[in-house]
Amino acid sequence: MLQASHVSYTIASRTLLNDVSFHARAGELLAIVGPNGAGKSTLLKLCAREMAPASGSIDVLGKPLRGYAGEQLALFRGMLHQQNTLTFPFRVGELVLMGRYPHYGAYPAAADYAIAEAALDTVGMRPFSNRIVSTLSGGEQQRVQLARVLAQIWDVPDGLLLLDEPTTGLDLLHQHQLLDVARQMARRGYAVVAVLHDLNMAAQYADQILMLRNGRREAYGTPRTVLTAPLVERVFGLPVQLLDNPCHHCPLIVPIPIFQPAFSHYSSNT
Amino acid sequence: MEAKILRAPSLPRPTGTVATLHRPWLIAALVAGLVLTVLLSVGVGAVAISPVEVLAILGHSLGLTDAIDETKTVILTTIRLPRVCLGLLIGAGLAVAGAAMQGLFRNPLADPGLIGISSGASLAAVGMIVLEVTVFQKLTGLLGYYALSLVAFGGACGTALLVYRLARVAGRSVVTTMLLAGIAINALAGALTGLLTYTATDEQLRTITFWALGSLGGASWTTVLTLLPFIMVVVLGLPRLAKSLNLLALGESQAVMLGVNITGLKRRIIVLATLAVGSSVAVAGMIGFVGLVIPHLIRLVAGSDHRRVLIGSALGGAIVLTAADALARTIVAPAELPIGILTALLGTPVFLWMLINERTTT
Repeated sequence: MLQASHVSYTIASRTLLNDVSFHARAGELLAIVGPNGAGKSTLLKLCAREMAPASGSIDVLGKPLRGYAGEQLALFRGMLHQQNTLTFPFRVGELVLMGRYPHYGAYPAAADYAIAEAALDTVGMRPFSNRIVSTLSGGEQQRVQLARVLAQIWDVPDGLLLLDEPTTGLDLLHQHQLLDVARQMARRGYAVVAVLHDLNMAAQYADQILMLRNGRREAYGTPRTVLTAPLVERVFGLPVQLLDNPCHHCPLIVPIPIFQPAFSHYSSNT
Repeated sequence: MEAKILRAPSLPRPTGTVATLHRPWLIAALVAGLVLTVLLSVGVGAVAISPVEVLAILGHSLGLTDAIDETKTVILTTIRLPRVCLGLLIGAGLAVAGAAMQGLFRNPLADPGLIGISSGASLAAVGMIVLEVTVFQKLTGLLGYYALSLVAFGGACGTALLVYRLARVAGRSVVTTMLLAGIAINALAGALTGLLTYTATDEQLRTITFWALGSLGGASWTTVLTLLPFIMVVVLGLPRLAKSLNLLALGESQAVMLGVNITGLKRRIIVLATLAVGSSVAVAGMIGFVGLVIPHLIRLVAGSDHRRVLIGSALGGAIVLTAADALARTIVAPAELPIGILTALLGTPVFLWMLINERTTT
C-alpha cells in the first residue's frame, strides 16, 4: 500500500529523518514510536504528502506519491492531525460531512449522510451531531475529528489512514476505543499508520512497529521483535522490564523506577 | 489477501441526525426582504411613489399596464431605480467579499480593508484629486467623470497585489504574513494619503472628504452597467469556493488533506474580493462596516457553512445598503447624508453588541 524507501528530510541544514524505509501493508496497523523529536510526525507528514522528502521515495499503490493530484489523494488518504482547530462555529454534523466533500459536488447524496452518521456512531458521538464543535470537550472534539477522517475514506477499497498521536487528550476508554477503531479499519483492508507514544498500546494494537530515534530507524518489525528491554532502554534512555501481558498476547513494558534524589536524574544518563 | 474483507459494512439509510440545514428559511426570507426593500426604497424621496405605483410603472415599461403619472415614471426610471440598483450591487459585493475574506483569514473580524484594498483606492483617488498631474488630466479629458473611479480601482488592485506578493515566501503565501504586510501597507498608504491631504487646497479637501465618506449620489444606468459585470463575477464566483472555504476553517494542512489547492484558493479569493471592493470603492467611495457586520450577522442566524454564508451575505448586504441609502437621502432632505457615515453609525452598535454577546455566550 505505502512503501517508503530511504527517505530523508532536511530543513535548514538540520536532518530530521535519515534513510528511513518501511512498508505499510493493506490490512495492517503500523505504529511509529520513538522519543520526542525522533521525527515521527515528520515521517507521517511525508507519507501524507504535506511535505516532500529531500531524498528517497514514497510510493502509494505502486505509484510515486508525488504523481498523484491532491484531489485524487483526498479520495482515499485520510489524516488525523495532532492539533485540530476550527475557526467558525460549525456543528458536529457539518464537520463530519466535510470529510465527504472530496466525494460529492454541490450536494451530498444520501450515502454521504449515512456514512457521516456511521462514522459518528463509530466514535460514539452521534448524539452530539447538532452541537457546535467548540462547545465540546477537547477529547470529544478529537473524536469528532476522527469521525471526519473516517468518513472521508469510509467506502473506498484501498484506504490509507494516517493518525498523528491520535490518543492525545482522550480518556483511557476512548484511547482504547480509538485504537480498536484503527485496528478494525486495518482489518477492513486499509493500511493504517499511527504515531503512538504509549509503547504498551502499540504492543497491544499494532501489527508492525517502526521505532525511530534522532531521525533514524532503530528497529522495525512485529511488536515482539521490536520491543525488547535493551532496545527500549537504549532508544528511550529508560531501563524497563518486559513481562508477558496476562490479558493479551503481547509484551508488557514496565519502566523500572530510578531511585535518585529529586531533579538529579535530569542530568544523569542512566 | 483474499481472506480480507475489503468492503465497508453496508450502510443503513440516513436517519437525518446529520442532515442539518440550520434555519433553511433564511435565504428565502432574505430574497423576500430584498424585494420589499427595493420596492420601498425606490418609493421614498421628495416625490413619494407608493409600491403599487412602482409596480404599475414597471408593468407599463413591460407593456402590461396603462401609463400613469409621467413625472413619477421619469423619476423612478432615471433617478431612483439606477441608484437603488447601484446600492444593491455594492452592498452585495462588499458583504460577499467580506465573508470570503473572513473565511480566508479564518478570522470573523477580517475585512477586505485588511489587505489594503480600501486604503490603496483611497490613496490613488486622493492623489488624483490633489496632484493634478498631466496623466490624470489627460485621463479626465478622456473619461470625464469616470477617471476617478478608474484610478481608485487601479489603486485598490495595486495594493492588494503588492500585499499578496509581499506575503509570498518560497512560493507559498502565508496568511499571517499577508495580514502583517497588509497592516504595513495600510499604514504607508494612510501616511501618504495624509501627506497629500495636508497639501490639498480647501476645494480639494471638500472633494476628498466627500469621496472618503462614500455616496451613491453618482448613480446612473451607466455606472450600474459598468459595475454589474464586476459584481456578478464575484457574487457568482465566490459561492463556488464555499466548500473549500469550509475546509480551510479546519486549518491549512487539514484542508490540503481533503484536496484543497490552497494557493489557487487564496489567489482566487483575493482577486475576486479585490474586484468587488475595488470597483465598489471606485464608484461610491468608502463604505465601511457592510463587509464586516453583514457576514457576521448571517453566521449568527444561518450557521457557519460558507455555502449559505456567502449567498446570505450578498443578499443581506444588498438589503442593508439599499435601506441605508434610502435613509441617507431622506433623513436630512433636501440634503443627503454620506452613506459611509450612516453604515458606520448603524454598524458600530451592532458590531459591539455582537462582540459583547459573543463574550458572554462562549
